[in-house]
Amino acid sequence: MEIRNQTYGDVLVLSPEGRIDHANSENFRNGLTPFVERCTSKGEKLVLDLAGVDYISSAGLRCFMLAEKQTRSQGGTIVVAAMQPVVKEIFEISRFTLVFATFATVREALAQLSPAALKALEAGK
Amino acid sequence: MRVRFWGTRGSIPVALTSADIRRKIERALALALEKGVNTPEKLQTFIENDLDFSVLQTYGGHSPCVEIETGTDEFLACDMGSGARAFGARIMARTMAGVAPVVNIVMSHVHWDHIMGFPFFAPAYVPGATLRIYGCHDVIEQALRLQQSAPCFPVDFSRLAAKIEFIKLQAGQTADIAGFRLTPKLQRHTGNSYGYRFERDGKSLVYSTDSEHKLEDPAETASFVEFFRNADVVIFDAMYSLLDAVSVKEDWGHSSNIVGVELAQMAGVKHLCMFHHEPAFNDERIQSVLNETVRFEELTRGDQPLKITAAYDGMELDV
Repeated sequence: MEIRNQTYGDVLVLSPEGRIDHANSENFRNGLTPFVERCTSKGEKLVLDLAGVDYISSAGLRCFMLAEKQTRSQGGTIVVAAMQPVVKEIFEISRFTLVFATFATVREALAQLSPAALKALEAGK
Repeated sequence: MRVRFWGTRGSIPVALTSADIRRKIERALALALEKGVNTPEKLQTFIENDLDFSVLQTYGGHSPCVEIETGTDEFLACDMGSGARAFGARIMARTMAGVAPVVNIVMSHVHWDHIMGFPFFAPAYVPGATLRIYGCHDVIEQALRLQQSAPCFPVDFSRLAAKIEFIKLQAGQTADIAGFRLTPKLQRHTGNSYGYRFERDGKSLVYSTDSEHKLEDPAETASFVEFFRNADVVIFDAMYSLLDAVSVKEDWGHSSNIVGVELAQMAGVKHLCMFHHEPAFNDERIQSVLNETVRFEELTRGDQPLKITAAYDGMELDV
């Protein structure tokens, strides 16, 4: 799965699109892996921008869990932002909100994670 | 086909505490005050319409035992958890004096919560009674004898008066038991467990407890979709949240409400009955999980709605 990515300061925003379900979860995981490997205590922080994702199945959520587990073990930070209402409810019912910090917008996530990243966003780059 | 749940809790039996009862009463009375209940007639209407299940009743705390009525003099049940004690008492009450009962028991596996009711299962002590114990494991008889051995229990298995037969089933091979066509399926659980699909007169019921589903294995998912295909009811191990099932409780051998709904939707199941409830959950929590699961089904519904319930001790379902 192609995952758009955009760097703002020391934060990398990843923007998958469409459904993340049983049919494509492994592709999603493979697409995510190189970014997760860079997400260490000294590397980039990750924001998963889910504005373009309209559905996540359990298999997709498992990929999120694996990414969170790996980044945590590397001392990195991964958060979720801009969930559509349906995805937000699925996240809550699945209890994933207990392990992921979630933000209403990418801007709010950047504001929380890094002043430099927020500044880069507001500067349009 | 009528199904009666004698035990629905997973891992270990639990009981309501006095604090639990007090909290139910407090919640009920607070709501009654709010609703202005001040006559016996209003009270009856209030009880019928305004109290949710977790206040008015309880999901119960017995470990798994599920009866399937056969429509004949014979009895049939899945597993012998602590719910089997009351099931046995019911058999004794329903069996005419002088008639020895015939009971068919299908075992998912022999973990303690699924066998602990057997030493208290009254028909096992009745001379002339017949117990046919079916399952795919080689160790069922060994496990039942072991739990009644000294120093763990005062009555040795050898002193049981009933005629007890052990009949081995094979995964994937159908068998005819008590008027039902039965198909066992191997499930992922420590020491293995087996799910069972019961079919009769065009109706189908799947009993699938103590079963973990690995989401990264499409072939395994497809095999369960086929096992559940178009079932009228699937009794499903929904012990954990999805988060727990894929993180801290991964490989503990149980599944989640989310995966239950997804598999049932893929298989065109009509009714998903959540089962093997987490012993740490009180009635409010189980009710809350049920409400969330109903909402999840609404969010993800395809062509066909899926009915969702949470099993409770004493619940009866007509399939």
